[in-house]
Amino acid sequence: MVAFLLRRLAATLPVLCVVALIVFLMTRLSPGDPAAAIVGDNATTENLQRVRSNLGLTQSLPVQFVKWSWKLLHGDLGESFFTKRPVTELIGQRVEPTLALAGLTLVLTVLIAVPLGALAAWRHGGVLDRTLMSFSALGFSIPAFVTGYCLIWLFAMKLQWLPVQGYVRIGEGLLPWLRNLALPATTLSIVYTALIARVTRAAVAEALTEDFIRTARAKGVGEWRVLMRHALASAAVPIITVIGIGVALLIGGVVVTESVFAIPGLGSLTVDAVLSRDFPLIQGITLFFSVIYVLVNLVVDLCYLVADPRIRY
Amino acid sequence: MTTMPPTSSAIPLGPTEDAQPKPHARRSVGKALLSNGATRWGGGVLLILVFMAALAPWLNTIDPTAIDPGSSNLLPWTHGEFTSLSGETQSHLFVLGSDSLGRDIWSRALYGARVSLVVGLAVTALAVAIGLGFGLLAGYFRRIDGVLMRVMDGVMAIPAILFAVSLIALFGGTLPVVVFAIAVPEIPRVARLVRSVVLGVREEPYVEAAIALDTPTWLVLVRHILPNAIAPLIIQATYVCATAILVEAILSFLGVGLPAETATWGNIMAEGRSQFNQYPHNVLAPGLLLALTVLSVNVMGDGLRDVLDPKFNKRKG
Repeated sequence: MVAFLLRRLAATLPVLCVVALIVFLMTRLSPGDPAAAIVGDNATTENLQRVRSNLGLTQSLPVQFVKWSWKLLHGDLGESFFTKRPVTELIGQRVEPTLALAGLTLVLTVLIAVPLGALAAWRHGGVLDRTLMSFSALGFSIPAFVTGYCLIWLFAMKLQWLPVQGYVRIGEGLLPWLRNLALPATTLSIVYTALIARVTRAAVAEALTEDFIRTARAKGVGEWRVLMRHALASAAVPIITVIGIGVALLIGGVVVTESVFAIPGLGSLTVDAVLSRDFPLIQGITLFFSVIYVLVNLVVDLCYLVADPRIRY
Repeated sequence: MTTMPPTSSAIPLGPTEDAQPKPHARRSVGKALLSNGATRWGGGVLLILVFMAALAPWLNTIDPTAIDPGSSNLLPWTHGEFTSLSGETQSHLFVLGSDSLGRDIWSRALYGARVSLVVGLAVTALAVAIGLGFGLLAGYFRRIDGVLMRVMDGVMAIPAILFAVSLIALFGGTLPVVVFAIAVPEIPRVARLVRSVVLGVREEPYVEAAIALDTPTWLVLVRHILPNAIAPLIIQATYVCATAILVEAILSFLGVGLPAETATWGNIMAEGRSQFNQYPHNVLAPGLLLALTVLSVNVMGDGLRDVLDPKFNKRKG
């Protein structure tokens, strides 16, 4: 177990290095000069030169990369061009809403998609199955901002059940927090539900053809228990895998959804950073999300051990 | 498809498993595509959209970037007059109304379809071409494989939208940059697919025979290995295309894609969102058009998969 953990961690290291290299090169290969962006248009040549050497831009690329990575390992993502505050601090301030939105979406999705997919596989070709498959094709195709605005129009403007936009911290009360996150989390969960329901359906349908299902039925196990206990457990590995892969969808969706619902999270921080060409901030957010994605998939691999006792690393 | 060599059933991903004798293959695939409801529906809707985009100048449109403060915020299906900044007035039917600057939304939507389709096709061509090259190299040359696939893993670990957004922030929101920025995150997916096909067939007797006959490596790749990848590639390409259209709209909507005056579906929605409570159709109309387009590409992809990938058919049972 420990050996597996270490080996798996070692395997993520090259991926993280490549990510760091790509993010580093992206800003260094750009046509613009970061020093020029800092000093502004009216700077003298000496001024520009001084800022450039302060930033370490006069050194060779490999040296720059090693120094940059070293700082990275110490949790130093540099400082925002505009607010002059550390990037880690800016990210830290915006993590809560994003985490809340993504977490709630994840819970909502798994609670809806897994049972639906299992039921669709159970009644293969039935009404629920066909409805679910059409819904999932739609879910893949309707962009989050379109669903978001449709939901706002219906539930916030026509029916006035829920607030249109905004975010309330969880510390200010669970109910207002949930009311504010209900529409964004629903919006975000649609694509994700489509994906997970589809994979659950395929995995459970395959599991239902196995011999042990026939055995279970033959010895008189109830249909519900056959489906939920035997078939779903055997289909767990692909379902967990796709939940992990789907986190990438979730991260992309967070950016859009936060913009639609005016949630002050990392997604809106990204858009602000891009609009103001704040490169250190963009770099920091990209790195942050990439590391989260890699870590989530590490956890997913660990879940295999729990989900499938046949897997021994 | 027709040049696919007969293979054993050991291929994990190849569509060639149930390959029929050569003379029948082409006709039956064509027929199957036409008789498949999904490809017919998806392809039909797409064809209509392509025609509408191509014929945009003749479909009751005016200059999609022209503004007329006098006819701002018109409701859909309003007969009005459009006065350009140079003072020429023409009577015009605002099919989908107008935005806060008086631009005709119908015109912007039709010209926006051009952008969406061009981006979709260009991204697909770029991602498939590069991904195919990488996949062939990684699958066939063991030495390149390790390094190349680690790089691909790294690219895949960066969320696609953030990757695109960073590239556009650095290089500016022009069409080539947007296409490139959307294509790069798709390359690893194509490369992985091609690589798995290559790994599946590289030990096949006909490949070994070709190598034994001193066939140049590039010819082995192109003539004996590449054909196995074509069917899965076509299927994958439709999904890349759908993603590309969607991501382009998202980028425009966030205000980080093509310049705001360019007529794209995302830009129309971005402009309309500040007045969403009064004029929801400014956001919803281009949004539905976008959803319809992406849906028809996806449906066509599902249909192609049903026809071209017999293994999946069998599994679906």
